[in-house]
Formats: sequence, C-alpha cells, structure tokens
Amino acid sequence: MGSLWTLPLVSLPLCFFFFLQRDSIGACPGETFPTVDPRTEEVLADVAKADVEDINRAVKAARKAFDHGPWPRMTAYERSKILLKYADLLEKHNDELATLDSLDSGKLYSQSQGVEIPHFVTRLFRYYAGWADKIHGKTLPADGPHQVLTFHEPIGVVGQIIPWNFPMVMFAWKVAPALACGNTIVLKTAEQTPLSACLAAKLAVEAGLPPGVLNVVSGFGETAGAAISSHMDIDKVAFTGSTETGKLVMQAAARSNLKPVTLELGGKSPFIIMPDADIDQAVELSHFALFFNQGQCCCAGSRTFVHESIYDEYIEKAKARALKRVVGDPFKSGVEQGPQVDKAQFEKILSYIDVGRHEGANLVTGGTRIGNKGYYIQPTIFSDVKDDMAISRDEIFGPVQAVTKFRTVQEAIERANNTTYGLAAGVFTKDIDTANTFSRALRVGSVWINCYDVFDAAIPFGGYKMSGQGREKGEYVLHNYTQVKAVVTPLRNPAWL
Amino acid sequence: MAPSTISDLPIGPAPVSVKYTKLFIDGQFVDAVSGRTFETLDPRNGEVISKVAEADKQDVDVAVKAARKAFDHGPWPRLSGYARGRILLKFADLLEHHFDELAALETLDNGKPLDLVKYVDLPMALRLLRSFAGFADKICGKTVKIDGPYHAYTLLEPIGVVGQIIPWNFPLIMFFLKISPALAAGNTIVLKTAEQTPLSALFCASLLKEAGLPPGVLNILSGFGPTAGAAISSHNDVDKIAFTGSTDVGKLVMEAAAKSNLKAVSLELGGKSPMIVLDDADVDVAVELAHLALFFNVGQCCVAGSRVFVQEGIYDEFLRKAADRAKRRVTGDSFQSGVDHGPVVDQQQFDRVLGYVEIGKREGARLVTGGCRIGSRGFYIEPTIFADVEDYMRIAREEIFGPVMSVLKFRTIDEVIQRANDTAYGLAAGIVTKDLNSANRLTRSLRAGTVWINCYHVFDPALPFGGYKMSGIGRENGKQVLYQYSQVKSVVTPVESPWL
Repeated sequence: MGSLWTLPLVSLPLCFFFFLQRDSIGACPGETFPTVDPRTEEVLADVAKADVEDINRAVKAARKAFDHGPWPRMTAYERSKILLKYADLLEKHNDELATLDSLDSGKLYSQSQGVEIPHFVTRLFRYYAGWADKIHGKTLPADGPHQVLTFHEPIGVVGQIIPWNFPMVMFAWKVAPALACGNTIVLKTAEQTPLSACLAAKLAVEAGLPPGVLNVVSGFGETAGAAISSHMDIDKVAFTGSTETGKLVMQAAARSNLKPVTLELGGKSPFIIMPDADIDQAVELSHFALFFNQGQCCCAGSRTFVHESIYDEYIEKAKARALKRVVGDPFKSGVEQGPQVDKAQFEKILSYIDVGRHEGANLVTGGTRIGNKGYYIQPTIFSDVKDDMAISRDEIFGPVQAVTKFRTVQEAIERANNTTYGLAAGVFTKDIDTANTFSRALRVGSVWINCYDVFDAAIPFGGYKMSGQGREKGEYVLHNYTQVKAVVTPLRNPAWL
Repeated sequence: MAPSTISDLPIGPAPVSVKYTKLFIDGQFVDAVSGRTFETLDPRNGEVISKVAEADKQDVDVAVKAARKAFDHGPWPRLSGYARGRILLKFADLLEHHFDELAALETLDNGKPLDLVKYVDLPMALRLLRSFAGFADKICGKTVKIDGPYHAYTLLEPIGVVGQIIPWNFPLIMFFLKISPALAAGNTIVLKTAEQTPLSALFCASLLKEAGLPPGVLNILSGFGPTAGAAISSHNDVDKIAFTGSTDVGKLVMEAAAKSNLKAVSLELGGKSPMIVLDDADVDVAVELAHLALFFNVGQCCVAGSRVFVQEGIYDEFLRKAADRAKRRVTGDSFQSGVDHGPVVDQQQFDRVLGYVEIGKREGARLVTGGCRIGSRGFYIEPTIFADVEDYMRIAREEIFGPVMSVLKFRTIDEVIQRANDTAYGLAAGIVTKDLNSANRLTRSLRAGTVWINCYHVFDPALPFGGYKMSGIGRENGKQVLYQYSQVKSVVTPVESPWL
C-alpha cells in the first residue's frame, strides 16, 4: 500500500450546519461529531450534529417554502431552468465533490470523479430538469355525465434519509426528482459521510433555489433520522439504508401521521453463472458484482451460484482474480479497492469472516485486515457455501464473496429466490431461453443479464420483498413525489360522454 | 373609402444586416445547383432586403442524400437520447446568446413588431427547443403482456429522413416547433422555409456546427412550394412529411405523399375559428379577448378567432367597444417599441385581404371600422371590423388571414354550437363566459382541436395542438408528437417457462 496521494486543494468545513434560510445560515451553536478518514482513522472534520430541535427548524423552513414560497408556484419550466443551472454548477465543482466523497467514504477517486459525479449526479439533475414540465395528469371518461380530471400535484415537505456508500449519488437520486415535482426537502446525510452534501447544498443556493426549498442536515439516525420519520409535518419520507432501520422508519411513519414511505434497503443478490458462459468473462463480472465499492453496495452480487460443470475452474480463476485486486489509497491511480467506510463496518465484516470459517465454509483467499492503519480488508472468497450459513443469508456489506454450486436452472431459481431480500440478480448465459426464464422467475427489482451494476437515469431501481418499496429513477420515481387529485364536475347536456 | 390618417409611416432603416442567404446542406452554406436566387422583401416598405438562394428539385435531391447519409450512417440516430438532448440545449444557449440579432432579423423579414418577437416569438421558440431537448432521453416503448407464452415489447425508433415545410406567419416558432421533436427523436431533416421569410432559419443554421449537430442532420432550403415543396412531398427517399400552411396546399402535399412512397403525413392547416361570447361575460374582458384572438399578428394566425359570435344581449355594447379597441391599435415601424400592429407579410396577402374587405361590403356586411390601407408604402392595413355578418357570406366562411374581424349575432347556445361547427375547418375555438355549465357544454360540443375558455392563443410545448376536419391531421406538441416522429416496432420471443 503506497503513501498518501497528494490531495487536490479542497476546503474542509470545520463546523458546518447548512440551513437554507438566508437569515440563518450559520455555524453550529451546539454539538458536533467527527467524521473520519477511513484511510488513516483520523478525524477529517467536526460537523454540526442535528437533533430534534434542528429538524423542527428545518421542517418549518421547508413548510414555509412549500406553503407560501415561489418554488411550487413557479412554472415547471422555471424549475427546470434552475435545476439545469444546478447541474452546471455541480459539473463545475465535479472534482471537489468527488474529493469530498472519496475522503469521507474511502471510495476510489477515479470512481467518484470519473463516474459517479458526472454520470449519476450531474446527469441525474439534467434528466429530472427535463421531466419537470412533463408531469401530466389525465382527463378520464366516466360512466355518466361527469367531467373528470386528475392533477399530479407536489406532495409537500419531503423527508429524505440517505446512506454513506454513495453519498453524492444518493443525494442526487433523492433530491433531483423531489425538486422536479415541486416539493421542498429536509434531507439527512449519513453520519459517516456528511461532507459532500454540504457543498452541494451551497451550490443549490447559487443555482437560484429559493430559501427553504432544500434543507440539508448532518446527524445520526436515532435522533435526527427518527425525528424526520416521525415528524407530524413531513408529508412523505424516503429512506435508503439497512432493512432493519427501514422497518423502524416505516413504523415511525405509521405511528405519527401515516406519511407515505419509500424504502431502498439491503440485498443478498444472486449472481448465476450457467455452463455456456465464457468463464473468464464470468469471473471478471462476478468479481466486479461483489467487490465493487469495497463490497458496499445494496445490490452487491453477494451469492455467486456457479454451475457444477465449471465450478472448479471458476474457483481457481476467481481466486487468482481476487489475489490480483489492488487494495490501497483510493486517491492513487491503479488502486481497485479502498478502505471500508468506518470502524463499525470494518469490525462487522471481519466478524462475518470468522462466522464463515466456523460455519464450515471453505476460505479460498483473503480473510484478514491489510496493514495496521485504515479499514482495509483483503478481498475474500468463501467456497462451498451452504444456503443456511449466515454468510449466505445475511448482508455482509464488505469484500466477501460467497460461492456455491448448482445443477439445474430450476434449482438455481428456487435457491436464488429463497431469501427475504429481492433487490437484484445477475445472470450469465448466452442462451435466449435461459435468459428469458431467469429474468421472469427471479423475484428481484433489477435483473442484469450478462452485465452487472448497469445504472441509468431512465432505469427504475428498487426491491422486491424486504429489499424495499417503491422505485427510484426513470419516470417511475415521479409517483413517489406527487399525489393525485381527481376533480369531478357534472356535465349538463353534454354532446357526448 | 375613408382616407388613411397617416399618409406615410416613418420607416427607419433596418437595424440588422443579413449574413446568411444560401442553402444549408450537409453542414455547409451552398448556392443552389441552378445558381438561381429570389428576393425577400421588407413588409414595412416593400423594399428588397436581400437575395436568397432558391432551391428546386435538384437541391432537394442533394439535401435528401445528405440527410439519408446522416441517418443511415452518421452518429445522430446512434447517439443516446441524452447526448442529443445536450446538443439541442447547447443550440438553445447559443441562440439565446444571439437573441437581439435573431429577433431583429425576424421582424425585418416578417414585419411583426420587434416587441412581440422579443417577448413572445423567440422565447417560445427557445422554450420549444429546450422542452424537447429534455424529452430526448424519455422516449419509451413498453413491455407488453400478451395472450400466450411470449416475451413482447415495443421499441420506438426514429422514422428516418423527415421532410418539413413551414409557413411565414411565425417563422421562428414554426421552425422550432418542427425541428425540436423530430431531432429529439433521432431523425434527420430536410426543411423548406416559406419564400416570404427565409432569413431567421438560416441564421439559426449558422450556429448548428458550434452546437455540435453533425452535418446532414438538419438541412434548410429556401424556395417555393410548387418546386422545392413539391419535390420534398413527392420524394421517394423522404420517410415522413410535416406541413403547415393552407388547406389547399395541404391537400396537394398529401396527394403527392400518397402518389410517391406513401410517406406518413401530418398537416396543420387553416381555420375559421369561432370566438363565442355569452351574454354573462364581462363585456370589457370579452372585447379584449376577441380583439387579441383576431388581431394578434395582424390576423395572420391559423387559429385566429375570425368569427366572433356575440349573444344578442350584449351585441351592441360589444360592437361599440370592439371598434374603439380596434382604433387604439398602434401601427408604425415594426422596430419601434410600442407598435403592436405591423404590416401583413407581402403584396399577395395585402391584395387578398383588401379583396376580402371589398367582398364583405358587397355581401352586405356592415363595415364598423377600418377597411383601408395605411400609408402608401409597405403592406399596412387598418384594423377592420364587419358587423351583422351572416353565415353564408364568404367573409364568414373563408380564411382571410388578415386584420379583418367578422361579428355575428346569436340567441341560444344550441344555435351557436350548430353554427360554429358549420364549417369544413376545426382548428380552434374561444369561449367567453363565467358559467361553468355553459363552458363545459360548449367545450364538448365544438369540433375543434383547441378550445380556449376565457383566454386565447395560449400555447405550450406540453399542450397538443392541431386540427379537426380539414384543419389538419395529427397533433404537434405534447408527448404524442414524439409518436409522429418515431415508428413503433413490436418485438416478440417465445418464453419457455412463463409465470405471467
């Protein structure tokens, strides 16, 4: 592992509470919490800690902006122009945002700078800027002399809680469509990665977003997150994170004011490799499906099902590939894997590796930390994994691949579906019929055939079963951020119904 | 005939120079193959602004070849919708950068007041371009469940080489209305401007390279209908044609399309739109709306509210106030701020409109105000109102396309519905009333593509626009225009073990 790459110049906020009302932008008066650089385990910055009082203030500002401010009242075209300007500013600050994300989360700088910010942040704001003036209701034929219209109106004040694995991408997935639909927002970042959203919020002001429309707070789930989920004046909550916390969010929403809830939760996604697959490609793709982003993806292909006829060859090649994986400073070029995001995740992953050993899975490669500073873990593969093992059922969220053998398509379908999760699946085959069979049989929100982790602004993403409710992106997400009003008037002497 | 009150309108020199006069083919400005040119005139004074290259059949062939090459082998249809959208947005930004020059060119060529171009025409043109730029990456097919073990879905693919023929009454708006959805959907275009107004489109063309539009994707020809227009309509390698203009020429376009290669046709044609004022309306509001509905763009709108039906209870008051309002129109040099009544576009229209005024008088309609030319230069005509018009009169049946309002009296809603619909046209209609039930009843009874209730001339890229009956085929704007510029391919594969 090399020495620290020289960082591009970026200013780190020492104490930061970004509140988008022009009369009260300010440094924090109260408590702070540290955010840590996972490469070195050292504190990067102290960040303002939002508590219930701060959430109340943010909601008040968002409510005022929604009920009385210009944002929901301006034409959609005006909103789209502001969102396009915002996209241009995000593009201008691409490298700065990417640096903050990599510093805060440990993700590869090449990934955040070259892929995430341009293709999944800036791109997304442009995509939803284009949707803003195309949100249509309908006129509907009724069974009698009535004129019936539907309006798709903004919901109101939207609470959004985002995770740490893709800080800016998650920000964009939430904020862009909610704003395009005319809502106002109170958004809580993950306590592990609060920094980039602070800059993004500042740029929103520069883009012309009126005060109170986008409020961004840093804080913890048990205090700030819970306050959002249970707030009586928030009209809808959108959460991305663990299934466990998702259950709490939904309960809090129900107990408080029955606010509608959308959830993007965990997964234990199967990656199924058929015998007609090109083995080298399958190895590379399944490697990517699991190890990408240090294994910290809700849709990581974390159960690799390999057909028995190619199993031994697969294991040998997968091992070789894992051994070649370059782990190190995410700012250094050539590095493929950075550190895990923080100590808690780091320890959880290592303990799952222990569990895997004790359960009798075969440790093919890896299994320990790398070095003695920073949360670096060796790319790890278990083979001969049985479906009832914890490493096959539980989401590990780290660089730990679990490989198992199968014989028939039917068996693979049953075992792949035998989970409470249902986020994604990968299928590797050349055969049309096999591809069609799997794509219809797997109970998951995204099926990737001969590819993995292909995302696009237009493709809806979300989970079956306990992997979530609702879909993000594409046209589909607009349902989450609008509500439907039907308007009915009687018709006297209509020419036709 | 009342003498005109202004003997000679003070017309200043044009504050803009003409830079682009050639044909734009395959990314370059080129002369016509024949070398021929024609003149475009300044409607304020009838003088020649510039000579412009005149395209005929040979040039259409060259342009179609370029568009075909760009479609079959070039990058444009193969780019992602997003990439196309970005180029169109860049084009919009460049146009905005040249806002003043482009606006002045439009006024010079068409004669419409500069104020209107700056506040209405050019902003709407940019709005159209930006809205469809945002659509480029949202053109979706579907997956479809069918009655058997099949995996089925639809793909929306670009049609190919699209021919477009636009009119002179709103050159910029017409240009962007046509090219924006066609380009967003991935097609390539051969577009003929109106011979009266060739200049603004060519200026726009000069910015295409910088915007990043590949050569051959958008080709612009200046020329005449019977030569260049006919060549496009009947070209065997044009996959679709979209035409806006008169109903008579629309029929020729459709015939030519059918006789050649059965290319798909969409038409936006003429109208004789009723503006119906009920007696519960606020008369001042009604007068203002009816005035706007007819006199906007000196009556040169396909949707002009050219038959004003006024319910008998308020008929006399309406006429009095309408005449006063008409007299308050401000005429003069279109470049001068505050002018809202410009000239009509050319000699031919000028003669035609004044011809209809004579016809109206002969038919026995009562001339309430106007009826003469203004000044002795250019094509200015007084705001003109005929009252007591009867349905059989030619001024009530035929499209005049000038500042001549026909006012008709009616008694009941049933009667006005029948009379308003008694026309081969069906483009638009206006209703002025406070009563909800009357509004709903009329809305559903009128056979027109757009109904404006207590407003008029409200357009938006999101709102479909087009005609019933002989006012046209197809709709522009709205999501559905993208279907006019795409074709649908259904794809089916058997599925071995379907569960739904």
